[in-house]
Amino acid sequence: MEAGMVTPTPALVRFSGIQKTYDGEHLVVKNLDLDIRKGEFITLLGPSGSGKTTTLMMLAGFEVPTHGEIYLGERPIKNMPPHKRDIGMVFQNYALFPHLTIAENIAFPLSVRGTSKADVQERVAAALRMIKMETMAHRRPGQLSGGQQQRVALARALVFNPQLVLMDEPLGALDKRLREQMQLEIKQLHEQMGITIVYVTHDQSEALTMSDRIAVFNDGIVQQIDRPDALYEHPVNSFVAHFIGENNVLAGTVEAVDKDHCRVALAGGGVVTARAVNISGAGASTSLSVRPERIAIVPDGSSGDGPNRLPAKVQNTIYLGDHALAVLEVAGNAEFMVKLQPGAHHDLTHGESVFITFRPEDCLALDPV
Amino acid sequence: MTAASLTETEVPLKRRLRRAERARQVKALALVLPLLVFLLFTFAGPIAGMLWRAVDDHEVRQVLPQTIAALASWDGKDLPDEKTYAALASDVLAARASGTIAIAAKRLNYALNGFRTILTSTSRNLKAAPEPGTAKETLGKINPAWRERATWTTIKDAGGPVTGFYLLAALDLTRNADGAIIAAPPDQAIYREVFIRTFLISLSVTALCLILGFPVAYLLATLPPARSNLLMIFVLLPFWTSLLVRTCAWIVLLQSKGVVNDSLHWLGIIDEPLRLIYNRFGVCVAMTHVLLPFMILPLYSSMKAISPAYMRAAASLGAPPVTAFLRIYLPQTLPGIGAGSLLVFILALGYYITPALVGGAADQMISYFIALYTTETANWGLASALGAVLLLATILLALVYGKLVQGQQVTGGMKN
Repeated sequence: MEAGMVTPTPALVRFSGIQKTYDGEHLVVKNLDLDIRKGEFITLLGPSGSGKTTTLMMLAGFEVPTHGEIYLGERPIKNMPPHKRDIGMVFQNYALFPHLTIAENIAFPLSVRGTSKADVQERVAAALRMIKMETMAHRRPGQLSGGQQQRVALARALVFNPQLVLMDEPLGALDKRLREQMQLEIKQLHEQMGITIVYVTHDQSEALTMSDRIAVFNDGIVQQIDRPDALYEHPVNSFVAHFIGENNVLAGTVEAVDKDHCRVALAGGGVVTARAVNISGAGASTSLSVRPERIAIVPDGSSGDGPNRLPAKVQNTIYLGDHALAVLEVAGNAEFMVKLQPGAHHDLTHGESVFITFRPEDCLALDPV
Repeated sequence: MTAASLTETEVPLKRRLRRAERARQVKALALVLPLLVFLLFTFAGPIAGMLWRAVDDHEVRQVLPQTIAALASWDGKDLPDEKTYAALASDVLAARASGTIAIAAKRLNYALNGFRTILTSTSRNLKAAPEPGTAKETLGKINPAWRERATWTTIKDAGGPVTGFYLLAALDLTRNADGAIIAAPPDQAIYREVFIRTFLISLSVTALCLILGFPVAYLLATLPPARSNLLMIFVLLPFWTSLLVRTCAWIVLLQSKGVVNDSLHWLGIIDEPLRLIYNRFGVCVAMTHVLLPFMILPLYSSMKAISPAYMRAAASLGAPPVTAFLRIYLPQTLPGIGAGSLLVFILALGYYITPALVGGAADQMISYFIALYTTETANWGLASALGAVLLLATILLALVYGKLVQGQQVTGGMKN
């Protein structure tokens, strides 16, 4: 650890006004300001082409920012070559050296640093123990399964105790079960070793599972940086609401704003009260966002006078094991999802008219899609 | 599944698999059959013929059959007995009648210089079969060489049906009168030097191709497709012109009044024209030019398979560019380096036209001598023996390479 770390440094990594263009015409990353704290697990989440991988590559040193500066600790690293940055990286396809054994792969970052032979041996053995692959030290990467290769890539990126570890969609090539298992293993390693991890993925559930904080990228801009629960509960705009978790969208126009709540007339008929999050004022069009699990279905004709009560028609029900979904038509949206308890879907019949109701706190008025 | 149940079902399963695969195998065989037949007649046949000619020795046995039969019991210590002399006289008379004496004379002259004269003078001067008991004396009178043991040893050695004579000659070896293998006399001992020269020229051409081809192949493998395709056309361009044209172009460029010398003279770098052609330099330049694509293409294909992620991974793990290149990139190109070098080296070993056109007398490779013996002196035996030695050396090299590549595949994870 550097002595400079003792002075009050706000962040381990600081992106300051970073822009990046490949063709000189269109910016892949537009004005990025991002702080990464020491010891945190931060995920860069976004659809492909949103600039998250480019951001990671700039941090690793494989791409040079067109504008702005990146600080690692206190040092600007924009023009520092990758091999001097002391950043470990796990690649999408592992990039294990095919002509070296597992042990030689893990020893590589140590031997290029001139670590003594005995020390290398000891640390490689410890790394192999950590990934529970002691018996495979002398195999070649080609002889391992995808999950095993991923573990080796992880061990190789951690064995030289880098101050920062970058992961570029490392679990993308694995099947679902293995991916979930590896997510937990990576999370455990992070907690045990106290390392700082920057993780890139387009899989929102992966990001929610593992991260301390998530930076949601879209169109070269960070839309929101927050804790996973905050992103889910308090998205700042429609993109984040839609990208994180399941979401129902209802288009409408703001009729009146009262402090942090507003009244919205739906395009498909009906008026609801919503939390005013991202609207410009009365008269503006808006997209309402409601999570499927925050909606209740009440039978037609039953009494009740909640503020948000809308007529709906059952389109379909989907059984998913641990829960069920009802697909409804609500105010012109024919794919309105409502989460049900398993078994409850038997009570609904196709074409049946029902009412849905939700609390104003669970309905967010956001920017129009 | 236990191992025992595996072995129990293994045999019938294998048989069933064979049966199921048979139709496909027959079809596959039918598809390659035309090529197999073609190769048999144009490749395997001629090579077998060449190998046979390198040890075949039938001329003397054919022309002097009785002499060879009589010499079979000769111990080689003293001159042969009267019966052998009589057999020779009878053979010579028969050969004169059928006009085949020159065939044997030519073969025997290879082994012992001047034998042609001995045999033709004997043929000319032997009027009729000598009286019984006087054959030794008659022949000795016609040519005193018949009183020498070496003359008879030569005939016995050339009696066939197979001989190591040509193969020994190709390695600058010969047999003395006692049958022991000794070094050939210095005026005949040229082939070892030619072989060494052939290997040296091929090695330097291979090294030059590797040094020049490696960066080009790297560029080809890393450039964006549009530009690398254009570059690839330039690499393949030499294949579109004939070897002869390319070699002659080098004569135009390199001769003493050629483009290169004129340019250097005009620039004031030299006063006298440099000797760039009809020497080793010219041979190496022209051969490297012709063989370069054979190095670049295997290198390119091995480099194309190396993901750029490896170099990035090496850099992220702290390896400076040179270390990353030497420890990560270069080892992965070794199969390509091996294949390219072997290809260029083997092709260079057999080069004939280029050294013949742009080389001096001291730069002629083994192919020149093979061509000389087949087309000019019609010494098929020696030509074949030289070819056989060259073939053997090439096969050895290919085997060594095969071993190396096999080792790579067992230990190296080229699959990934």
